[in-house]
Amino acid sequence: MSIDKETAAKVARLARIRVEPDRLETLAGEFNAVLGFIEQLGEVDVEGVEPMVSVTPMRLKRRADEVTDGGMQDKILSNAPDAREGFFAVPKVVE
Amino acid sequence: MAELNRMTIAAARDALRAGEVTSVELTEACLSAVEGAGALNAFVHHTPQIAMEQARAADARIKAGDAPAMCGIPLGIKDLFCTRGVPSQAGSRILEGFRPEYESTVTQNLFDAGAVMLGKLNMDEFAMGSSNETSVYGNAVNPWRRGNDDAPLTPGGSSGGSAAAVAADLCLGATGTDTGGSIRQPAAFTGITGIKPTYGRCSRWGIVAFASSLDQAGPMTRTVRDAAIMLEAMCGHDPKDSTSADLAVPDFEAMLTGDIRGRKIGIPREYRMDGMPDEIEALWAEGRRMLEDAGAQMVDISLPHTKYALPAYYVIAPAEASSNLARYDGVRYGHRATLAQGDGITEMYEKTRAEGFGDEVQRRVMVGTYVLSAGFYDAYYNRARKVRTLIKRDFEEAFAAGIDAILTPATPSAAFGLGEMSDADPVAMYLNDVFTVTVNLAGLPGIAVPAGLDKQGLPLGLQLIGRPWEEGDLLNGAYALERAAGFVAKPGKWW
Repeated sequence: MSIDKETAAKVARLARIRVEPDRLETLAGEFNAVLGFIEQLGEVDVEGVEPMVSVTPMRLKRRADEVTDGGMQDKILSNAPDAREGFFAVPKVVE
Repeated sequence: MAELNRMTIAAARDALRAGEVTSVELTEACLSAVEGAGALNAFVHHTPQIAMEQARAADARIKAGDAPAMCGIPLGIKDLFCTRGVPSQAGSRILEGFRPEYESTVTQNLFDAGAVMLGKLNMDEFAMGSSNETSVYGNAVNPWRRGNDDAPLTPGGSSGGSAAAVAADLCLGATGTDTGGSIRQPAAFTGITGIKPTYGRCSRWGIVAFASSLDQAGPMTRTVRDAAIMLEAMCGHDPKDSTSADLAVPDFEAMLTGDIRGRKIGIPREYRMDGMPDEIEALWAEGRRMLEDAGAQMVDISLPHTKYALPAYYVIAPAEASSNLARYDGVRYGHRATLAQGDGITEMYEKTRAEGFGDEVQRRVMVGTYVLSAGFYDAYYNRARKVRTLIKRDFEEAFAAGIDAILTPATPSAAFGLGEMSDADPVAMYLNDVFTVTVNLAGLPGIAVPAGLDKQGLPLGLQLIGRPWEEGDLLNGAYALERAAGFVAKPGKWW
């Protein structure tokens, strides 16, 4: 399985990372190096093996479904690159 | 008491309690050591004011007589930990300017115990790297050098700043995190001790996430005893992390008897790699001899899926990273790219992430995106998770057969030169974690202990791997190894 420039461009788009067209060739080459390395996993007999979900055999804890925190709009917004009138501000999404 | 910054945590604790020294004095000594060590680029955000306030509070608490072991001990904190009001960037441009409104559980635990924060420590961007060369702050530099050669060496990564700071006596201990070896490899490269506890021992809450099923925090210190003391203060159940273990935290230090008679130490044959340097082979043999002399029994074991650990890791870790790092969108915190006229929200995401993430992080996010994408999920991601099950099973079978701990080299080489790997493909750098990554995949505790110097005078480390939740026993094994190895070398001060 070899990744070409088109696939590299598609992956970059899915990951929402802008990659200039002149970098795609190099990027595809790097992907292929990594994928060539992980290709080895194909040698392992995994017939009947369960994929790992949790590394420690413990149940995730549950807690009562109640509000434990909140009422801190100013703190939530304090690190926003652009916040106005109590909201996060972003470029226009809907025309 | 000269050079207070060179004390161990244990000695400082005892001196504080005996009234022979104050936390203010210790903290001032460390702050001035930090100030004089700019060339190491270990500390990247300095918090002297917080440190002095905490030191004064610690002194008052010690005077009142209710001081826990870590009270008044000056520490460095890896930049991956969110610390309230203090820059916490995970070594990334995308978190430039981010000042958390909250405190990570691990740092809160340390501060509750009275510990003092000197500042934040350099690291690979989002903990992705083995040489600290992917950091937005520039390289951290190893205080060790090859003999009289002044070529700068890597302190390892990703906890490179933590390792350099502890080895250069800038602080008494530092926090680290370990996803594939990021505590143990830098510890080995700088001649210090670092333990990654069992997955779930330390809360991950407030630690910037890389690969959530693998990430664990742990202490980096100058001795095994210090690691025991500091680990105890860091860990404990936390309702805010659903994978945090609801188990009592033992008194780890009390378990350091040094008595390992009758313990069965496994020597895994698959860790004897082709092309492994003779010095690593010799160090490993020396480690076996030392543990045997201390009364332990060496047992040859097999962990047949070892070879597949790194490939499985380089599917699972990027997959989880691509998901975790989706949150950096330029909306809620950190960097946002300057947009052109007419740019919409997609351009904002794409430009922000292209500017904010460095090359290695971009590569891993995209590899993760690829292995999770439709059509490849089963072939890569699910297969890697099945291999992970087999890797864990290898260890379970060894422990079920009566093995108490496993001895391996910590790294396949000593510290290498900064820039030396820049022309290699990414996979060559990944091989640094070949002996450590299995431990993360299996969720086990592992510790690196300095055990000798190579021909060029650089430190080399050995790794002990323990049973899940038995960090106390593991630390005791490491303590026996430390005593036998008698590693006392320090880097000559050039910075």
